[in-house]
Amino acid sequence: MKRALSALVLAAAGCAHAGAKPASQPAPAKAPAPVAEAPFPSTYRPFPSTPTVIRGGTVMTAAGQVIAGGEVLMVDGKIAAVGQHVSAPAGAAVVDATGKFVTPGIIDVHSHLGVYASPGVDANSDGNEATSPVTANVWAEHSVWPQDPGFVRALENGGITSLEILPGSANLIGGRSVVLKNVPSRTVQGMKFPGAPYGLKMACGENPKRVYHSRGPSTRMGNVAGYRAAWIEAAEYRKKWDDWEAQGRPADKTPTRDLGLETLAEVLRGHILVQNHCYRADEMAQMIDIAHEFGYHIRSFHHGVEAYKVRDLLAREGIGASLWADWWGFKMEALDETNANLAMVHQAGVRAIVHSDDPGGIQRLNQEAAKAMLAGRQAGIEVSDNDALRWLTANPAWALGIDDKVGTLEVGKQADVVVWSGSPFSVYSRPEKVFIDGALLFDRLNPSRQPTTDFETGLLPAEAQR
Amino acid sequence: MSKRFLAAAAAALLAAAPAAAQGTLAIVGGRVLTMAGPAIEGGTVLIQGGRIVAVGVGVAVPAGARTIDARGKVVTPGFFESATQIGLVEVGNVDETNDHRQNDDDHVAAAFDVRDGLNPSSIVIPVTRIAGVTTAVTRPDGGLIAGQGAIIDLTGVNVDSMLVRAPVAMYASLGEASKGAGGGTRAGATMLLREVLDDARTYARNRQAFERNQFRPLAASRLDLEALQPVLAGRIPLVIDVNRASDIRAALSIAREFGIRVVISGGSEAWMVADELARANVPVVVKVLQDLPETFEQLGERYDNAAILRRAGVKVAITTLDTHNARNIKQEAGNAVANGLPYEEALKAVTLYPAQIWGVADRYGSLEVDKVANVVVWGGDPLELLTPVEHVVIHGREVPLVSRETQLRDRYLHLNDATRAYPQAAGAQTQQ
Repeated sequence: MKRALSALVLAAAGCAHAGAKPASQPAPAKAPAPVAEAPFPSTYRPFPSTPTVIRGGTVMTAAGQVIAGGEVLMVDGKIAAVGQHVSAPAGAAVVDATGKFVTPGIIDVHSHLGVYASPGVDANSDGNEATSPVTANVWAEHSVWPQDPGFVRALENGGITSLEILPGSANLIGGRSVVLKNVPSRTVQGMKFPGAPYGLKMACGENPKRVYHSRGPSTRMGNVAGYRAAWIEAAEYRKKWDDWEAQGRPADKTPTRDLGLETLAEVLRGHILVQNHCYRADEMAQMIDIAHEFGYHIRSFHHGVEAYKVRDLLAREGIGASLWADWWGFKMEALDETNANLAMVHQAGVRAIVHSDDPGGIQRLNQEAAKAMLAGRQAGIEVSDNDALRWLTANPAWALGIDDKVGTLEVGKQADVVVWSGSPFSVYSRPEKVFIDGALLFDRLNPSRQPTTDFETGLLPAEAQR
Repeated sequence: MSKRFLAAAAAALLAAAPAAAQGTLAIVGGRVLTMAGPAIEGGTVLIQGGRIVAVGVGVAVPAGARTIDARGKVVTPGFFESATQIGLVEVGNVDETNDHRQNDDDHVAAAFDVRDGLNPSSIVIPVTRIAGVTTAVTRPDGGLIAGQGAIIDLTGVNVDSMLVRAPVAMYASLGEASKGAGGGTRAGATMLLREVLDDARTYARNRQAFERNQFRPLAASRLDLEALQPVLAGRIPLVIDVNRASDIRAALSIAREFGIRVVISGGSEAWMVADELARANVPVVVKVLQDLPETFEQLGERYDNAAILRRAGVKVAITTLDTHNARNIKQEAGNAVANGLPYEEALKAVTLYPAQIWGVADRYGSLEVDKVANVVVWGGDPLELLTPVEHVVIHGREVPLVSRETQLRDRYLHLNDATRAYPQAAGAQTQQ
């Protein structure tokens, strides 16, 4: 998977200029493979940083170790050392974290920041291409407004350093997601997490059947027929391109591109990760069977209010469970909630993930994890601090296919680090400093390190400022 | 904790409840946060007949009293949620289960009273109370004037046994939510609100002429105009859902013009008019966890709204503005502390201040003699997320810490279909 991806990126870099208009080019013997193009490439560059050592805090690595009075060294945007004592280069900046807690940056696998930006007026409503039940052709990044103030709030209150922006759940297949670094940028390309695979948003249950009620699908069985029809098409499309590839890409036989099927074919090839909105246990089982039928894998179920009911199945299939701590009751498929959901799936060996799906919730995923820890304890399931932290860091990194790069404080990983004012599981704690790729992007104690957005510039009258 | 243990505990509590209500309950040895003075270390709260009869150190516990050992624990009044739709909304998207609004097209629904639609069997009630919330305002919404709300205690088999005060307030809204009532403008909506209040006053002076059909048309129905009389008489407040600073000022103007009591609810930008609110003695019901410019009337929204208001001398109640997760009120209060509200004030904002704002502080809001015995024993700091609720007492009775949410959990602690679907048969077998 990882190799396939880097191959894809390399291939794309190699033919960035070729293939934009294959038909109009002087016919080469071999046409470039359109799927290997990388349109909208990431232009993200880490912000300037200096070698920095964080000393004296409780270092929670999310890789098993919790080091009281530990030290973390960041050099050139990477974690250079973690331990009780690390040797810092002369001149390294020193952050005194005595009495504070140090964790990897928090990662949210389910956000609509930028696509349902604040203010939530119709003009900013860009999250659901609710014009057809299957819109695999759309890409969430083309809706992301980088000036959504929610990005800044997620950074300064939630310690969010990476996040996946998904299309909404109106459609059976909603389109491509995008993984972002939570950094200020004029363009979404400037936020795109380099090398992160794309995701595909799929949605079960009430939402698609409600949205398309008049023209279908209007039932859950209609939903399933819709997914299967799409995958049948995708399989044919993939075969057409794979055959063409096998024939040595004969230029005169280049198949016609279809944006939607191209995305679905990439799922079938294992290059795009399926992120599946699904509440009910029985529907998760159905979606798993569909994945088996067409030979793709579901990376994570999202929302999964009933995940605890099929936790054995999720564990067996190696599917992550991206869940809320306690949301419930807003619709029929969210009725059978238990606060022990996260702890129960975790205990069963499923990768449990705390997600937000909400511009408020993304600001306190740490608090949501704490509530889920308590609920676990009350169900007789003791969840360690390290494991609960992994619900917020390592596990979401895995669900997004970036766990080789972020998610733990381990040497060589990107230096996405949060210094909390206290335990991340306390209601009173706040991120005090947030580093992304070793650069200090938020400092609660230093107003000059507190980002602002275009939208909020000059928004309140001067006399209202405090 | 095993399923059997829970079931047994629930059964024991239910069996003991009738006797306990008649008898005496003593909560002994805890750190008692009365909300009426300094914390009492190692204090006793003595309860008889559903009321608190003694609070303090060295209170004599009568022989035979049921005792809760609260040593190492924290004892508070039950938390008081000021803005929910508990008992009115069972499943959000299932319209058949919703009774919180009368009619989307009816902009003036003052006569709408949530009482008759309240469902005392709502599954939200146990879910909420086992999180330490014992009392809640449940309220209508929608339109310019939504109707009348009630305060309920989260226990009882019928509405009468739950009602604390009804109607507790009349509900209205100004701003984006009610522009439609004003022909699409804010000024139109305030004009209509003024007209309705003025007609209600006029109606009261001319009832006989009205009944004889000898009076000009009025801006609302007879029942609506009648329902507004307690507001005009100052017996209940007009709660106004309002966010933008200028809309809050409009609400204050209307309060002055008609000499009525107003409570601001939501109040995203209330901090901008904190001094005016303090001078007018108008309280604010605040959701703490809002800090985004979600709409153009919430551009100034911020986490420290409650803290700024309190510093200016405004009385603040903290709310979740939620129904199914009204249970998270402690998280709201804890975040208020993290954003500058003093700890004691945050606790009072979910106990004493709501009782005062809603006019029931003679019976609710603190652990004092003669108050209704709604008491919670916490495993530690009540506002911390990892602190469990250990005992919940409502009307002097301990309620079992069981809800549909915990029952579903227990039902699935084991995944065997046979033992789950036939739990009684399974009880006779060895659990797998």
